[in-house]
Amino acid sequence: MTSLVSRLGPRSVALGYLAVILVGPLAIVFWRTFEDGFGPAWDALTTPETFNAFRLTLIITAIAVPVNTVFGIVCALAIVRKTFPGKSILNAFIDLPLALSPVVVGLSLFLLYGQDGWFGSWLSEHGIDVLFALPAMVIATIFVSLPFVAREVVPTLKEIGDDQEQAAWTLGASGWQTFRRITLPSIRWAVIYGVILTTARCLGEYGAVAVVSGRLQGQTETATLRVQERYEAFDLAGAYAISIVLACIAILVLVAMTVIRPRGEEAT
Amino acid sequence: MSILVRNVSRRFGDFVALDDVSLEVESGSLTALLGPSGSGKSTLLRIIAGLEHPDSGRILLSGKDATALTPQKRNIGFVFQHYAAFKHMTVRDNIAFGLKVRKRPKTEIRDRVDELLSLVQLDGLGDRYPSQLSGGQRQRMGLARALAPEPEVLLLDEPFGALDARVRAELREWLTRLHDVVHVTTVFVTHDQEEAMEVADQITLLHEGRVVQVGGPRQLYDEPASEFVMRFIGDASDIGGVLVRPRDVELLQEPAGGAVEAMIVRMTVLGRDAKVELHDSTGAEIVAVLSRDRFDDLDLWRGQTVWVRARRKRVFAA
Repeated sequence: MTSLVSRLGPRSVALGYLAVILVGPLAIVFWRTFEDGFGPAWDALTTPETFNAFRLTLIITAIAVPVNTVFGIVCALAIVRKTFPGKSILNAFIDLPLALSPVVVGLSLFLLYGQDGWFGSWLSEHGIDVLFALPAMVIATIFVSLPFVAREVVPTLKEIGDDQEQAAWTLGASGWQTFRRITLPSIRWAVIYGVILTTARCLGEYGAVAVVSGRLQGQTETATLRVQERYEAFDLAGAYAISIVLACIAILVLVAMTVIRPRGEEAT
Repeated sequence: MSILVRNVSRRFGDFVALDDVSLEVESGSLTALLGPSGSGKSTLLRIIAGLEHPDSGRILLSGKDATALTPQKRNIGFVFQHYAAFKHMTVRDNIAFGLKVRKRPKTEIRDRVDELLSLVQLDGLGDRYPSQLSGGQRQRMGLARALAPEPEVLLLDEPFGALDARVRAELREWLTRLHDVVHVTTVFVTHDQEEAMEVADQITLLHEGRVVQVGGPRQLYDEPASEFVMRFIGDASDIGGVLVRPRDVELLQEPAGGAVEAMIVRMTVLGRDAKVELHDSTGAEIVAVLSRDRFDDLDLWRGQTVWVRARRKRVFAA
């Protein structure tokens, strides 16, 4: 009897917790969206403002993900393979976006690029709009999604060691050839995993972007901001419909991750 | 290609890995860097390869200063203890790597890889991945990969260290035969004195970051330069403060001048020789090897008290 309890105990706690905290609310969103059929949901999604919000989210993601992928790989290589002064500081700072509230990130950008900010006056003199425009939203998103690739790649790099890279050098391969042909294929699954997590974070970002975007409808409104805006306008059907699309993307990302993971382990 | 190491020193923090080491490796020779762990032998090999940098001193390859050259420009082949196989590539692609980065024509690469696969007896295994090979096969692949770009120097870092005894013996013999065929200047690192004696024609013995003796296997055994060399190369027993090789231990039934009392603890007949293990009065072990004729004449038994004496004495300056 006790063995049955001890066997089912942790499992039921874990599943019950997930059901209450995650699955329940998500199911209600689904249910409320399609309560009156697909019509109202479809209408809410096809307004120009909503369409534009999704377009903006995708543009920001398309910029932030490649930038953070390259930066993450370079950082991971520096942390694992090189010794330099300030390495431990770099290592600690990479995690900062995980610890810092996105609202604080947004606020700091506000202080840097605002009218009275360090760069703000110089930029406005040269006619460059950062705040309340795409650049600030991209910078904010890059900031909050920065750690994921580096954090995935670092342990993998440590695990594979540098024997293979040294072997490549002795065989005449340049630094770039060694990276392209040896290092990158060895860490590719960690990179892909990191890219997926980064993408998910970019699509879902709210706090930092909310502060720096100015929330101009149809202009600087991302999908998540649009949900909030519809909710505040008492257009619950619209808010739910956009939420559903975001939730579906998140689920797709998670499915992609679970499909990829076992193959990644086997490939080594 | 000849290798000249001139006054190389290297320290890691407080640890002195190499202390003013000089060494000459003749073109075409098969040289062992032998020493206990921590003697600096691997560091020296990695400095010759360019994978490690000396704090001071110079490396000359074919008479030219190579100290500042990267590993890519030294025209070397390197074999790693743990194979360093490219796990995501087939055996064929592993061996072809050095040729591909040199942008050699495809047909030339294919022919060269085929030739090497048969040289290292991996014919038919070219499409396997390293994880599908045994340790011995992986190391032969590592050798083929290192030899593919036709290096002028082949450097091996404890190449058989991760293999079991049978495979190790097989690969040793195979390496000497390979060297007869390929004639590339070869330097290998080992902590196993038997391996060094069996494979190398020149041995450099290192101890605590210094070269203690250089010579052929026979020279190191017969004319050890110090007590350390004598103890490290072959067996040696201490009889009354004198180091003696097993064959130079004389067994006597009666007390005699210079002889020490000892008790027989074990006897083994090895074909035409016999090995007698004894303990002296302090319990220290003495090993004697004598001919069967002499052994049979003495008619020894276990537990018997005998007297041992050094036939040839070696006294080393402290």
